[in-house]
Amino acid sequence: MIPELGNLALVLALCLAVLQATLPLAGSLNGNGRWLALARTAAVGQAVFVTLAFAILVHAFAVNDFSVAYVAANSNTALPLVYRITATWGGHEGSLLLWVQTLALWTVAVVAFSGQLPRATSARVLAVMGLVAIGFLAFTLFTSNPFDRSLPAPPDGRDLNPLLQDVGMIVHPPLLYMGYVGFSVAFAFAIAALIGGELDAAWARWARPWTLVAWTFLTLGIFLGSFWAYYELGWGGWWFWDAVENASFMPWLVGAALIHSLAVTEKRGAFRNWTVLLAILAFSLSLLGTFLVRSGVLTSVHAFASDPRRGLFILVFLAIVIGGSLALFAWRAPAVGLGGRFALFSRESLLLVNNVLLLVAAATVLLGTLYPLFLDAVGGGKISVGPPYFEAVFVPLMVPVLLLAAVGPFVAWKSGSARDVALRLRPAALFAAVSGAAAFLVAHLSPAVAVGLLLGAWTLGATLQLVVRHLRHAPRGTPLVARASRQGAAWWGMVVAHAGVGIFVVGVTLVKGTETADDVSLRVGGSARAGDYTFTFEALEKVRASNYVGARATFAVAHDGAPVATLHPEKRYYTVQQMPTTEAAIDRGFARDLYVALGEATRDGTWTVRIQHKPFMGWIWAGCLVIAAGGLLAAVDRRYRARRVGVSDAVRAAPEIAIQVPTTSRSA
Amino acid sequence: MTGRLKPRHKRLVLLAGALAALGIATLLVLSAFRKNLVFFFTPTQVLSGEAPHGRSLRIGGLVETGTLRRQPDGVTVSFVVTDLAHAVTVNYRGILPDLFKEGKGVVAQGRLGADRVFVADQVLAKHDENYMPPDAADALKRGAAAIAANASKGTP
Repeated sequence: MIPELGNLALVLALCLAVLQATLPLAGSLNGNGRWLALARTAAVGQAVFVTLAFAILVHAFAVNDFSVAYVAANSNTALPLVYRITATWGGHEGSLLLWVQTLALWTVAVVAFSGQLPRATSARVLAVMGLVAIGFLAFTLFTSNPFDRSLPAPPDGRDLNPLLQDVGMIVHPPLLYMGYVGFSVAFAFAIAALIGGELDAAWARWARPWTLVAWTFLTLGIFLGSFWAYYELGWGGWWFWDAVENASFMPWLVGAALIHSLAVTEKRGAFRNWTVLLAILAFSLSLLGTFLVRSGVLTSVHAFASDPRRGLFILVFLAIVIGGSLALFAWRAPAVGLGGRFALFSRESLLLVNNVLLLVAAATVLLGTLYPLFLDAVGGGKISVGPPYFEAVFVPLMVPVLLLAAVGPFVAWKSGSARDVALRLRPAALFAAVSGAAAFLVAHLSPAVAVGLLLGAWTLGATLQLVVRHLRHAPRGTPLVARASRQGAAWWGMVVAHAGVGIFVVGVTLVKGTETADDVSLRVGGSARAGDYTFTFEALEKVRASNYVGARATFAVAHDGAPVATLHPEKRYYTVQQMPTTEAAIDRGFARDLYVALGEATRDGTWTVRIQHKPFMGWIWAGCLVIAAGGLLAAVDRRYRARRVGVSDAVRAAPEIAIQVPTTSRSA
Repeated sequence: MTGRLKPRHKRLVLLAGALAALGIATLLVLSAFRKNLVFFFTPTQVLSGEAPHGRSLRIGGLVETGTLRRQPDGVTVSFVVTDLAHAVTVNYRGILPDLFKEGKGVVAQGRLGADRVFVADQVLAKHDENYMPPDAADALKRGAAAIAANASKGTP
């Protein structure tokens, strides 16, 4: 009975979404105040029913209601409760519902924090989000209903894929979806602006924190996915340019471009069209990503055809959203206007160049991801595009991005002096050159590693210079806190995120350039070396848990004879799905990770073992976290909040620009 | 110096820059594409000489039961991949994926040696027990079709 209520809640949510998407939009055009007011009520009601449906599905998992086909397919009585709950989004139907749930959360957030928006604008924003909700609710209800029954109920479920029985499953999908779906807010703002024909600095100021928060979530989501893969199924790899990863990386890249473009629109009123286009693209890529991952099209083009309703629905929905919004863009963009003018060498120009580079990078990833699908669909043969392609294309594109990202903050808005900036950045340039040269000449690393370190050092050096310059530039005797707070959190967010990029680049460079890995055959008592570390296989014991049995090894790691770490990798066999998994053991350190994973046991009692020494692996994760911290810091800037004081946004925007110019450019 | 340019010229310079960047990116993509596309071949195609030597490629099919052999070093293995019409021997040094099993689907990436032994640098089996790598499934379908075609022609 309860699952039917979930179904009913979804139907009601769909009805309210239709209401939310239509009448307020009409009201914003014909000035009907009652219709406008409907937006908030309908949106909250829709969110309540979606949440109810979601809670009911979670409940079905918690109480092992195997009469629900989806529960039976993804859970089992032996599964611990926490994984039964996370199994809610362990399959196609449930993760669609999670998507809808996340959209509901963002919708409620918009309702809660849009009090200061003009009513017509907030009604339009909610209406657009309602349109998106209609698409997803309809898709869920008509093609992928998680509440479908399979009667009579099987005595037990088929269990959750063992690879998903991990802490990563609790946090990775929700965070990733918060990011994906969060771009729907920026998208809704963009569409609302196109409909209204009003797009100014105030608009950018509204859209900016939403975009920043979404992008931060996406950063964390991708980070967690990578972090999870590193220890669970990657055998020590952390990024594979796998189509599923690319699906989340493309909106991230475009989102990064959007954040920077929004900054220009807010500060200078420029790039308006471009910003709107990026908002549309970021969300379109989010949609594409969701569907690529969720439709099964990625594992095989033919899986797509196996359920033609799903495939068709996806194609039609994508066509409506992307085609419709781009058509609206083409029609209304002239009304929005380009915005302010700027010189060839100015912060605007540099940001534009970086924007284009990020977009081109996203396009190359898109090409590499979709081309094999396209070729297969038209019968052109089966190919795969692996890491070599992405590395060959992506890395060269990132070189100018990194070079310019460090320079940008030093250049004045509107018109800058290349000579001044070049002179000012001499310390960072020197630091970068010395780092690169030392890596090549002293540490005898490869030229590619030297270039990577040079870029990382350049980013970090220039960012540090930016901070030092800012803190020094104040009257004598000003306390440090006062000096720091002369720039808002948005500026500090930029600084932190750029530093994070520098840390990340150093980490990636050193891991890629200096890691050692070996697959060896060992029996208890044997040892092998990776880097300067000796791994000794000391013991092996049996382990048993509610839904798996396995072997647990003990490895002692020593460096120059001195013990460094004891590691316990496991091999598990999940009994319900009859599936083996590998639980790697990692000793994480500031300057290196030590990694052991058990392969398989052979007849005479030896095991194949993968041992790895990964220098500066932690820097990759630290870089991601610092980037996310920067995004969050930027989003909580005071100027995005507390605007109920009655001062109009247009009035507030003007002095801000006036203040911004001297502090960033003409002062020094 | 840049400040003295007329707006129209500025726009031209920007446009030229953007086009240059786009051009470079296109070149990168095309050259990377040409070099790094990995084509998929079935064992039948490999044995009929369609697969190139000395270039990275993928083969797929079923791991023939009873063919998995381990070299004395303990980490080098060889097994036979079949599309049920023809079979290719694969050598691989390294740990096989958890879901690698005799009688199950597999895809291997690597190079074809002169002796038509495939030297793999990567062996893929998917994340799910019930799931067959699509390329492997396709190879089997084509292998079956080849058998059927041969049978109807009456040739061995």
